[in-house]
Amino acid sequence: MAQFTLPKNSKYTEGKAWPKPSGASNVKEFRIYRWNPDDGANPRIDTYYVDRDDCGPMVLDALIWIKNNVDSTLTFRRSCREGICGSCAMNIMGQNTLACTLGMDDCDGDTIKIYPLPHMPVLKDLVPDLTSFFAQHASIEPWLQTQTAEPETEWRQTPEERSKLDGLYECILCACCTTSCPSYWWNGDRFLGPAALLQAYRWLIDSRDESTGERLDNLHDPFRLYRCHTIMNCANTCPKGLNPAKAIAEIKKMMIARVV
Amino acid sequence: MADNRADTRVSMRTPLARVKGLGASGHGVEHWWIHRVTAVSNIPLIVSFVIIVAALAGSDYAQAINIISHPFVAIILILAVISVTNHMRLGMQIVIEDYVHDKGYKIAAVIANNFYAVIIAVACLYAILKVSLGRILV
Repeated sequence: MAQFTLPKNSKYTEGKAWPKPSGASNVKEFRIYRWNPDDGANPRIDTYYVDRDDCGPMVLDALIWIKNNVDSTLTFRRSCREGICGSCAMNIMGQNTLACTLGMDDCDGDTIKIYPLPHMPVLKDLVPDLTSFFAQHASIEPWLQTQTAEPETEWRQTPEERSKLDGLYECILCACCTTSCPSYWWNGDRFLGPAALLQAYRWLIDSRDESTGERLDNLHDPFRLYRCHTIMNCANTCPKGLNPAKAIAEIKKMMIARVV
Repeated sequence: MADNRADTRVSMRTPLARVKGLGASGHGVEHWWIHRVTAVSNIPLIVSFVIIVAALAGSDYAQAINIISHPFVAIILILAVISVTNHMRLGMQIVIEDYVHDKGYKIAAVIANNFYAVIIAVACLYAILKVSLGRILV
């Protein structure tokens, strides 16, 4: 059956409460998931206090502040700190989002709770194993495929054809949508998930691509595509404001268009 | 043969090989489409079904047989049974595929689901035909 409770070795315990910064008046409390693959212990939730007068406004700023000033072992991915690399995707206040584009002031409540992306194997602390996620992206062959002899200059498309890629090309593969999807939680080994399917649609709808039929063949499967039941968590959580559920619905419409 | 390609403890397949698995089955669009079509056909058929049941309320045996014997009523009831049981079978299969992951249980559940839907459908159809045709055949 689908797993509705955490496995025994994933149940978390109360962790360490780190000291408050001395002399700080504007302090924010953080509760952060910690797991070390080397100590054999269950995950724990550590409590940190961040001096907001000494720290930038975003949740990622606070994580970096903690790593610099409190606990250098706190592990997380980050790179661009402006919402374009997708590295710092994590579950903050119960929602998958990018730590770098979420302001601390936009988090309700006195405590900001941070967990890794849900239902993925954890490598350490806030770092999930996204190997399968990226393999699923590779499986949809995300590149232009043509048989026609390559033109002297670029492959051409009208502005209208180009506009169909809007709302698709912006995807940064942060995995917020895919890891928020219950269908992906239960069948992530066979369901491609919203991110890979949105990327698949990005190539299906590209007027320059000549492999549309083969791409649809590749998705025509009860698990790869049809596990999507329009739950819409993907669209709710996307930090880039995209709508993977709509892209998947468009793929289903293309499937129908070649049958009916 | 147990499909262990996804199990990293016993298989050294690459992540891409694991994701590609046994390939796309080439099925699913019909399941999805008929599920939608029967959802649409269920609307008028269930409304008619409720009206027919309301009309039966309070009537005695002879009157009830009279109503169901009417060809229009019998045909609506038969169509309702076909549409609803098909929709039920397709929907339940999705639930099984979502939540039952053990291979043996899954196949058993899918088979049981098909049997159940067919038995319900045939029992309903037999009852409708017996009541509506009873007076002609006897």
